Amino acid sequence: MTAVVALIVLLPFAGAAAGLLATRLGTRDLRTRDLRTGDLRTGDLRTRDVGARTERAVYRRAAWFAIAPGAVSAALTVWLAAALARGAGISEGRFWSGLLPGRAEGTLTVVETGSVPISLTLRADGLSVLAGILVVVVALAVQVYSVGYMRDEPRYPSYSAFVSLFTSAMLLVVYAGDLIVLYVGWEIMGLCSYLLIGHWWEDRANSRAAVKAFLVTRLGDVGFLFGIFVLGTAAGDFRIDAVLRADIPRGALVAATLLLLAGVAGKSAQVPLQTWLPDAMAGPTPISALIHAATMVAAGIFVVARLYPAFLAAPPTLDVLGVVAAVGMLGAALAALAQDDLKRVLAYSTISQLAYMAAALAAGSDRAAMFHLVSHGAFKALLFLCAGLVIHHVGSNLISHMGGLRTALPVTFWTMTIGFAALAGLPPASGFFSKDAVISAVEHGTGPAQPFVYASALLTVGVTGAYAARAWLRTFFGPARIEPLAEPPPGVAHVFDGREAPPSMLWPAGVLAVPALLLGLAGSAAGVEVEWGPAAVSLAVALLGAGIVYALWRAAPEQDPARLLGPFRVPCERAFYVDAAYAALIARPVLRLARGVVRADTRVVDGAVRGSGRATLGLSGLVRLAQNGNAQLYVTGLLAGLVLIAVAAVVLT
Amino acid sequence: MSWLPIALVGVPLLGVVVAAVPAVRDRAVAWGIVVSAVVLVLAVALAAAFDHARPADMQLQTDRPWIPGLGLRFHLGVDGVSLPLVVLTALLTFLCFVHLAGHPPAGGRPGALVVTLLVLEVGMIGTFLALDLLLFFVFFEVVLVPMYFVIALWGGAGRRAAAVKFILYTLLGSAVLLIGLLVVWTQAGTLDMVALAGRHGSGMARSAQILAFLAIGLGLAVKTPMWPLHTWLPDAHTEAPTVGSVLLAGVLLKMGSYGFARIAIPVLPEGAAALAPWLGAFAVVGIAYGSLACLAQRDLKRMIAYSSVGHMGFVLLGFASLTPVGLNGALFANVAHGLITGLLFFLAGAVKERYGTTDMVRLGGGMLRRLPYVGSLLTFACVASLGLPGLAGFWGEMLALLGAFRPAAGLSRPLFLVFMAVGGLGTVLTAAYFLVMLSRVTHGRAVETIPPPGSLEPPGPPLATAEGVREVLSEAGEGAEPVEPVATGAAVAALDREGAGQETARASAVVDDGRASATGAGAAGVGAADAGEMGRARRPFRDVTAHELAAWLPLVALIVLFGLWPKALLAVTTPAVQSLLGSGVAP
Repeated sequence: MTAVVALIVLLPFAGAAAGLLATRLGTRDLRTRDLRTGDLRTGDLRTRDVGARTERAVYRRAAWFAIAPGAVSAALTVWLAAALARGAGISEGRFWSGLLPGRAEGTLTVVETGSVPISLTLRADGLSVLAGILVVVVALAVQVYSVGYMRDEPRYPSYSAFVSLFTSAMLLVVYAGDLIVLYVGWEIMGLCSYLLIGHWWEDRANSRAAVKAFLVTRLGDVGFLFGIFVLGTAAGDFRIDAVLRADIPRGALVAATLLLLAGVAGKSAQVPLQTWLPDAMAGPTPISALIHAATMVAAGIFVVARLYPAFLAAPPTLDVLGVVAAVGMLGAALAALAQDDLKRVLAYSTISQLAYMAAALAAGSDRAAMFHLVSHGAFKALLFLCAGLVIHHVGSNLISHMGGLRTALPVTFWTMTIGFAALAGLPPASGFFSKDAVISAVEHGTGPAQPFVYASALLTVGVTGAYAARAWLRTFFGPARIEPLAEPPPGVAHVFDGREAPPSMLWPAGVLAVPALLLGLAGSAAGVEVEWGPAAVSLAVALLGAGIVYALWRAAPEQDPARLLGPFRVPCERAFYVDAAYAALIARPVLRLARGVVRADTRVVDGAVRGSGRATLGLSGLVRLAQNGNAQLYVTGLLAGLVLIAVAAVVLT
Repeated sequence: MSWLPIALVGVPLLGVVVAAVPAVRDRAVAWGIVVSAVVLVLAVALAAAFDHARPADMQLQTDRPWIPGLGLRFHLGVDGVSLPLVVLTALLTFLCFVHLAGHPPAGGRPGALVVTLLVLEVGMIGTFLALDLLLFFVFFEVVLVPMYFVIALWGGAGRRAAAVKFILYTLLGSAVLLIGLLVVWTQAGTLDMVALAGRHGSGMARSAQILAFLAIGLGLAVKTPMWPLHTWLPDAHTEAPTVGSVLLAGVLLKMGSYGFARIAIPVLPEGAAALAPWLGAFAVVGIAYGSLACLAQRDLKRMIAYSSVGHMGFVLLGFASLTPVGLNGALFANVAHGLITGLLFFLAGAVKERYGTTDMVRLGGGMLRRLPYVGSLLTFACVASLGLPGLAGFWGEMLALLGAFRPAAGLSRPLFLVFMAVGGLGTVLTAAYFLVMLSRVTHGRAVETIPPPGSLEPPGPPLATAEGVREVLSEAGEGAEPVEPVATGAAVAALDREGAGQETARASAVVDDGRASATGAGAAGVGAADAGEMGRARRPFRDVTAHELAAWLPLVALIVLFGLWPKALLAVTTPAVQSLLGSGVAP
C-alpha cells in the first residue's frame, strides 16, 4: 500500500519534471528543419507560422503533463481510501478510526545524521486520506480550469509544472511519516507559492507580493523547524508515530507545540503572520483557489491535527491557539467586509475561516476542524474559481466594476451562489454543517479563553453573512457597471468576448459545486451530528448580518453596503494597519541596519585592515629615516654603540 | 600503498610541465580540459576504490619518507571527510576549464591561465589528501600564489589592490597557522595526522591545546573566512575572473573549514572545547552580519561573496557544536556551498559578460525576459542557496542548527540555543536578500536600452557582438546604461516572442535552442538588413551557450541529487565524524 502512496506523491512530481524539462523537447527540430529547407526570403513569415504551431503544440503537451498525472493520482487516492475503509487497523481512538480504520506505513531508508536519524517514511491513514482526497480533487479541478484560464499565456508550461510540483509537495506533507520529510514538503509548497504568486513578474507589485509571502511564512517556518528539533530530540526519532508515542516531558511539549504554532500561523495566515495572504492574491486566480484557499493554507491546520495528541497534552498552547483564532476570525471578517477587490474579500474570508478551524482545534475537536477544512476547501476553491470566471468576464478585480452579472453569467451565478451560501453557513450547503460542528465544539470547549472565543465565533458568523451577502449582491445584482478596459495589465486576466467562459473553466466549477453543496449531508451521514440549538442560533445571526446588508443595499443599490461600518470602514479596509506597522517596526529597521552594517564593514572592519597596512607603511617610513645613505651617520651610530657597550661593560663588571 | 592519491597530485603537476611545450601551449585550454578530465576520472576512481563500508578509516594511503632529517613524511590518503572534497575539487576545476573553452579570459594569455589553474589544482587536491601536518601546510600555501596571479592578471578594474590584500591577509593567517602546527609538533612529537587524531589529544597539556587551537583556528578562520577576518573575500571575489571566483568560493574556502574538521577539532579536543563558544559566537555573528551586508549590496558579485560569509558561518557553527551531527552538517554545508556558490559565480560571470556590469541598478530588471535560461538558472541557484529543503543547501544548515540545539557535553546549552535562534533568523535574512535580488534583477520589465545620444559612435554599422558592445561601453565610461546591440526591429520581435516561452525548459533541449535561435535571429533579420552582416551576428543578448550549459548542468544535477538524497553524502561522513570526535563525546 505504501507503494501506492509513493506513486500518488511522485506522479505529480514526475509531471512537474516533465513539464519543466520536456515540453519543448523536439519542437525545436520542427522549426530549424523548416528554416533550413525554406527559402530565405520567406523565412520571416514561415518562422512566425511555425512558431505559432510550435507554441500550440507546446501548450497542448504541457496541459497533458499537468492533467494526466493528477488524474491518475486522484484515482489512486480513491483506491487507497477504499483500501483503508476495508482495512482492519489498530483502533487508535482518533475520529477517523470508525470510518477509515486501516493504516499503512513504509520506510524507504533511514539517514544517519550522527544524532536523531531521519527516516524517509510515508504513511497513510484516515486523516491523510481525508486531506489527500481534497488535495487531488481541487488540484485536478484547478489544472483543468487553468487550461482555459491561462490560454494564450506564453509561460503556461512553467505555470502548470509549478502547480504539479505544488501538488506533489502538498501530498508529501499529507502522507509524510517523518517530521523532517513533512518539513521538506512544507517548504517546497512555500517555494511554489512564491513562484506562482510572482507568475506575472513583469509587474513589480506581484514580485513584491511573492517575496513577502515567502519571507513571512519562512519566518514562521524557522520556529516550526525548531519545534521539530524539540520533539525529535525528546523522542529520539523524527517519525511521527514515535514522537506521538514517546513520553515527552510537559515543558518540552509546550515549548515544541508553541514553536510549531509559529509555523502554523505563518502557513495558515493566522495572527500575527496573516499579512501575506491578501497580497498573495496577486497570483493567477486558479492559484488562489488551490494554494491560497483550499490546500496550502490549510496545511497548518492539518499538521496540528496530525500531531493532535501532542497538542492536547499541552493545554497552554491550545489556549494561545484559541486567542489567536478568536482575534483572527473577527478581524479578518471585518476586513473582508470593507474590501473592494473581490479576491481580497475572499482572502480575508479564508483567514477568518482558517481561524474557525484553529478555534475548533483549540476547543479540543480535531474532527470539527478537519470537517470544516474539507468543506471549506471545496466551497472556497469553488468561490475562487467563480471569482475567476467573473474577473475573466469583467476584466477587473474590483467589485465596484461589477454588478448585474446574473443574466450574463447564469452558470457562474448559480455555482457562486452555492459557494456563498456555504460560506455564510446557510443550510443545506456544506458550510452550515461544518460551521455548526465548529461552533458547538467551541461552545463545549474548556480553557480560560473559551467565552472570548465563543463570543468572537458568533459575532464572526454575523459578519460573515454580511460580507458574503455584500459580495453576492454587488456582483450579480443591481445595475451593470462594466467599463471596458482597453488592455488589461499583467496580473489581471484577459477579457473574454463570449458570455460565459469556455467549458474547460465552467466544468471544474460545476464539479466543485457538488461537494460544496452536499458534503455537509455526507458528513452528517458519516456520523457528525448536528446540534440543532447552536445551529439555529448561528443561522439566525448569519441571517441577521446578511439581512442588514440587504436592507442597506435595497435602500441604495449604487452605494456600497460597507458604509454600515461607519468610521471604522477605513481601518477595516486597511486591515487595521498591521502592514504599515510591520513595515515601520520590522522591514525598515532591518534595511537601515543592513545599510549600517555595510558602512561599518567598510569603515571599521575593513578600515582596521587597511589601517594596519597604513600603520606598517608609516612605521617603516620612520625606520627608513635611519637608513638615509649618509655614511657619516652610520659610522657615528657605530661609534656611539661601541662607546655604550664599553661603558656598560665597565659599569656592570 | 596506493598510487591513486599520488596520481591525483601528480597528473596536474605533469600537465603544468607539458603545458610549457610550445605545441601544447597553442591549444592550452584543450590541454587543460584533458588534464582536468583525467584528474576527475582519477577522483571518481578514488571514490569507487574507496571502501564505503568503513568510511571512518583512512584508506588508499601512501606513506613515504620525505625529509627524513626532520621526520617529515609524504603521507597521503582519504577518508569519509576528505573524499567528497577531493571529488568536488576535481569536478569544479574540470568545469572551470570547460567554461574557459567557450569563454576565454578577458585578460588574454589563456596558456598562462591554464598553467596557473593546474598549479592551483595541485595545491587544492594535495591539501585535502595530505596526512602530515607540514605537508598539509605546504599544499595549503601552494594555493596562494596561483590564486594571487589569477586575481592580479585576469581580474577586474581593482584587481591589484584586491590581489595584494588577498595574499597578505591569507599569508598572515598562514603564519599563525604554522605557529599552531609547530606547537602541536613540539608538544606531541609527531606530525602524523592519523596518529594525532587517534590520540584525541592525550599527551598534550590543556593550556598547550588551547594555545595551539587558538593559533590554528585563527589561521584557518582567515581562510574560511570567519567574521571579522573576512574583508579580503568580497574584494577578491568581486575582482577575480569567473573561474577564479568559482574556485575561490567552491574550493579555497573549504580548505579552511576542512582544517577545522581534520586538524583543529580532532587533534586538540580540549582546546576546541574551551574555545568552541567563541567560535560559535563569531560564527553566528558572521551569519547575521553577512546576511545583513548582502541585503544592502548593490553589486551582484559582491553580494554572492558576502553570502559566503553567512554560509560559512553555518559551517563554523556546526564545528563549534562539537557533536557528530554538527560536524556532519558542517561538512555537508561545505560541499553544498561549493556546488551552489560555484554555480552562482558562474552565473554572475555570465551576467557580467552580457551586460558588462554586475551592478544591480544598472542591470535593471526583466532578466527572465531577456535571458530566460540564465534568469531561470539564477533563480534556481538562489533558491538552492537560501536553503530550500529538497535542494543541497538545506541539509547542511539544518544539521548544523540541530548540532547547536544540543551541543556536546560541557558546552553551555543556553548559549548555543541563542546561537541556534540567531542562525535561524539568519536563514530568513538569507532568503530575504536572495529574493530581493531576484526581484530586482530577474523580475520587472527590462529597461529600454536605447543608447543615450552621444554615447555611441555616430550611426555606423550595427554592433554585431557582445564584445563590440563592451568596447563601446568601456569607452562611454561609467554613466552609460547597458546597451543592446542595435538590431533590426524584426529580429528583436522574433527574439522577444521566442524568449517569452522559454522560461523554464532546461536540459538538453537548451543546447538545440542556442543554435536554433541563432539561426532564427539570422533568418529573421534577412528581410531588413544586410544578409552578410546579420548572418555573422549572434542574437543581441545571447542566452546560455553550450559551454556554459556543460559547465553548469553537472552542478545543477548534483544540487538536486544531494538535496533529494542526502544519504549519498551523509553515509560517507557520519562514521568518519564519529571516529574523529572519538567515542567519549556525547551524542
